[in-house]
Amino acid sequence: MTLDQLKPGSEGRIKSLSARDKLGQRLIDMGVYPGLRLRVIRNAPLEDPMEVELDGYFVSLRHDEARFVEVEPA
Amino acid sequence: MKASTILVALAGQPNCGKSTVFNALTGARQHVANYPGVTVDKMTGWYKHNGNKVEVVDLPGTYSLTSYSPEERVSRDFIIHEKPTVAVNVMDASNLKRCLYLTFQLLEMDIPVVLNLNMMDVAENRGMAIDVEKLSKRLGIRVAPTVMKSGKGKKGLLDTIADVSGEKETIKGALIDYGEMEPFIRDILARLSAETSLAERYPLRWMAIKLMEGDSEAQRLIRKNHPDAHSFIEFVEKMRADFEARHDERPEMHIANRRYQAADDIARSCLKLPASAKRPLSDKLDSIVCHRFLGPAFMVGVIWLLYYLSIVQGYNITNYTWPLLAKLRSLTEALTPEPGLIEVPLIRAFALWLVDSVNALLNYIPIFFILFGLIAILEDSGYMPRMAFIMDRLFSRFGLHGQSTLPMVLGGIYVGGCAVPGVMSCKGIPDERSRLATILIIPMLNCLAKVPLYVLLINIYFAAHKAWAMFFISTISLLLVLPVSKILVLTALKKKETAPFVMEMPPYHIPTLRGVLGRAVERVWLFVRKITTIVVAVAVVVFALLQFPGISEERMAHYEGQKEKAVAAFSKKVKGTTPYAEQLTGDSLMDLVLYWDDYKDAKMLTKGKEAMAALNAQYEKKNPVFLKIVQPGKDKVAKKVNRAFKELFKARMGILREMRKERIDNSFLGRLGKWLEPATRWAGFNWRVNVALLSAFAAKESSVATLGALYEQEEEGEALEQRMARGEVGFTPLHALALMVFMVLYPPCLAASIAVKLQAGSVKWMIFSMTYPMVLGLAFSTLVFSLGSALGLSGLQAMFAFYGLALAFTVVLGLVGNTAEYA
Repeated sequence: MTLDQLKPGSEGRIKSLSARDKLGQRLIDMGVYPGLRLRVIRNAPLEDPMEVELDGYFVSLRHDEARFVEVEPA
Repeated sequence: MKASTILVALAGQPNCGKSTVFNALTGARQHVANYPGVTVDKMTGWYKHNGNKVEVVDLPGTYSLTSYSPEERVSRDFIIHEKPTVAVNVMDASNLKRCLYLTFQLLEMDIPVVLNLNMMDVAENRGMAIDVEKLSKRLGIRVAPTVMKSGKGKKGLLDTIADVSGEKETIKGALIDYGEMEPFIRDILARLSAETSLAERYPLRWMAIKLMEGDSEAQRLIRKNHPDAHSFIEFVEKMRADFEARHDERPEMHIANRRYQAADDIARSCLKLPASAKRPLSDKLDSIVCHRFLGPAFMVGVIWLLYYLSIVQGYNITNYTWPLLAKLRSLTEALTPEPGLIEVPLIRAFALWLVDSVNALLNYIPIFFILFGLIAILEDSGYMPRMAFIMDRLFSRFGLHGQSTLPMVLGGIYVGGCAVPGVMSCKGIPDERSRLATILIIPMLNCLAKVPLYVLLINIYFAAHKAWAMFFISTISLLLVLPVSKILVLTALKKKETAPFVMEMPPYHIPTLRGVLGRAVERVWLFVRKITTIVVAVAVVVFALLQFPGISEERMAHYEGQKEKAVAAFSKKVKGTTPYAEQLTGDSLMDLVLYWDDYKDAKMLTKGKEAMAALNAQYEKKNPVFLKIVQPGKDKVAKKVNRAFKELFKARMGILREMRKERIDNSFLGRLGKWLEPATRWAGFNWRVNVALLSAFAAKESSVATLGALYEQEEEGEALEQRMARGEVGFTPLHALALMVFMVLYPPCLAASIAVKLQAGSVKWMIFSMTYPMVLGLAFSTLVFSLGSALGLSGLQAMFAFYGLALAFTVVLGLVGNTAEYA
């Protein structure tokens, strides 16, 4: 399952990132890396992008980008 | 310690209070420039400490130091090439773990690092306790805790910087153990030091790690410095592949993981967290600000307030500041040679033209000051990312970015913005392609200066359907801007660098007065300095284009004759009116004209009875006889002279106007307008319209002023609407519609072009931004006019048809997919 499929309010654990290069590096640098627990806070008023919380830290990303984050729902 | 210059680099992640630290250290001793080749601001400043001059460079805030974004490249190039004496790593103390991720990368670059734990108050308020000493010991570097917002801990930080920069040996901070990757790093390192001389200039371990990361800049350095770069890079690629095959983990992922693990480990040992690490206030605010319905409503409110305070209230303030600028003009009038009844010395005309051009821009300062102050508040409070969050979906469909929202609002997404601050606020958009697209489309939004022409045309040609026409013009610009942006992104900007959206949603902060005012002043100053100087240069060119070759001698003689006639008529009327007639011969007639003008100007600025009395007394002293003519009261003789003079005055204005018209007709710009007529005819523009449009380039308000000069006034007080309607018998609503469509797409004015050059970083883009709207505008207005005429559409029908087409086009292009290569 990928992050873009998680509904607001649900939680999960990051399994892996399938993005490379720019997006992959950006995700890691923003604290989205395997092993971390995350929680989907909300979708934007027009559905996209989404906001997630990782370890007390809040990040927003487009669903197109979240597709590359493999998660394990909790 | 010897007195020498110390170079300090401030590095840190966004939202860590780095600019507060920079301001606290350097105060007003700051300077903004650009890093070469990119549009990233280089902020430098200095301070004195213990007799040493310390130069401070505020590097752009970055989460990491890869080579994927211009900000990160600039930051690490600075550290690697300029080798600062000390790098101060500013850190949000309440976000220790995440911030350490950057610290480790700085330490790998082998420069002395001082850790500045800023925002200690925020951490304490959240119930976090940081063991500073232990942190210092674990990292192997000095740590200075501060609350820079209030200046707490500043001295400690200054002392620490001085201590560390005075040390001879570089302190080696803690380095990350990359575990299974260490043998790979060692191998690369060994070959690097054996085969290249890079060690003299670059920290080799850092280089080796970057190569394992697959960093393109590091590879570039190898290509430049390695005798057999090709085989070396192949070797690195093999090492990367080997690592991935053996450990089932991508090298860059492994590196990041180890950094986070180390950060986690240190944070665990040095940080006591409260039971729950929530951001209660920010979360509550966000549930409203980002709410499905309340969020957009709140945003509309914010935008409305922004318009209201800056444009409406700022405009009110210009009522108070304008007299100051008017004084500047009067001063220029006083300093330049006096005009004759109809001859205006060239130097005077030129000086006044310059002052008027500059004044027109300086007049915007109060508006800009409020606007920049409000933007600073939006930036510092943390609302900007929320705005981007709400709007991204819509804008990204058209190749723009969530962060294009503010620039577009400022540019006039509805009616009444200004492209200059709009373009200038594009700086924050992280995606190069979207940023350029935003910069290029903003001038097509409805800026305040386009409105007078719209109003003029709507009043004449759409008088019966004003509301519809106003709605059309207010919203059509967005329907043109979105598809144009999409097309630009798919064509001219196709190859530009893009960046992922992934964005931090920082907690809200209350902005400080100092920070907000400081930024507003700084940006206004930048505007004045950069824009005004260039406007002066171009104003000179436009002046020449409008002024030369001027009126022929024979025509001048004709006007002289008209003047003589008017003066003779006047002399006849005032004959025998002692003491007036004696005073009104030859040069003194011109004196009266100037006196009259001066008095009228002064009267306009004077309020209240007492002030009026004082003004009269002052002018009485200057010339009691003239005052009598200007203010005849009940004196019959004086009244007679007053009437006669008024007539002369009117005749003079008439001659001057005609001369101006002839001068423009004759001028290079006039000829250009006529020369263009064959091409613009299909859009329904005659040469007069062409001239008005050409002159609008200096400032869009000019279009109406030039039209005013071209359509001469026959009766006193006849409005331009009537004159134009009479002067252009063949002009139909369809002509007007074509003209309005062209105006929507009009190229950026002078000031906006300069802003485009500054923000896009090249003259090439400036020229592009000036030419493509012209081509588009001509194409669209030709479409409207020629097709409209061929189909026999009325102005209103053509308007609806065009609107429908634009809407359909926007929707269709919105559905075309974007190209994002992420995998």
